[in-house]
Amino acid sequence: MSTLHLVNKSPFETGTLSSCLKHCKAGDAVLLIEDGVYGAIDGSSISGEVKATVGDVALFVLDGDLSARGIDAGKMVNGTKSIGYDGFVDLVAEHDRTMSWL
Amino acid sequence: MSDTKKFLYVNRKAPYGTIYALESLEVVLIGAAFEQDVALAFLDDGVFQLTKGQKTDGIGVKNFSPTFRALGDYDVNKFYVEKESLEERGLTEDDLQDITYEDENDDWAEKPSIRIVTRAEMADIMADQDVVLSF
Repeated sequence: MSTLHLVNKSPFETGTLSSCLKHCKAGDAVLLIEDGVYGAIDGSSISGEVKATVGDVALFVLDGDLSARGIDAGKMVNGTKSIGYDGFVDLVAEHDRTMSWL
Repeated sequence: MSDTKKFLYVNRKAPYGTIYALESLEVVLIGAAFEQDVALAFLDDGVFQLTKGQKTDGIGVKNFSPTFRALGDYDVNKFYVEKESLEERGLTEDDLQDITYEDENDDWAEKPSIRIVTRAEMADIMADQDVVLSF
């Protein structure tokens, strides 16, 4: 039993990503979409918190949102996986529930 | 009743700055008609929705906070409120409305609907749901 968490807000504007990470359980996945993709940038003020969770929890970013914002995939926290809409659908199907952190 | 599912309504926004809180309550009321296993979660700024003594005359918006007290009559009596979110905002359980329900399995005894849970317990509650609806 696992949960797919969706985050669509910049972590520098809201505490949404931080709250999401605090409620993740091992085996869960976090998918960053829209402005949420900024949360995967390594070396940021929140990347420590992200890295502390990633491992037990899988981290994904939507590649279209990433490239739209000019963020190089190489700047992502280690272990971040970049996926497309097809991968998004797979994640939804693989997990028991989806939780949107609005 | 194998077709009963566990629904969790997650409330993370303060009540009047945006329409999320009111819309959540509307959907909870609609959902209550379908006899599902419904629970409400209040975390982050969502805990502000349950403060007692809300008076909205000055802002021209309906005060919907009394509606929470009516939900017990619709078998919605699990209000999980996150302890850490309260503490971070300088609140305690005493700052929240008294919300109760009558337990039909216990001679209609009046019982509190609000259950204060830790962040870890909240994560467990979320992981135990069939459907999560976020507001």
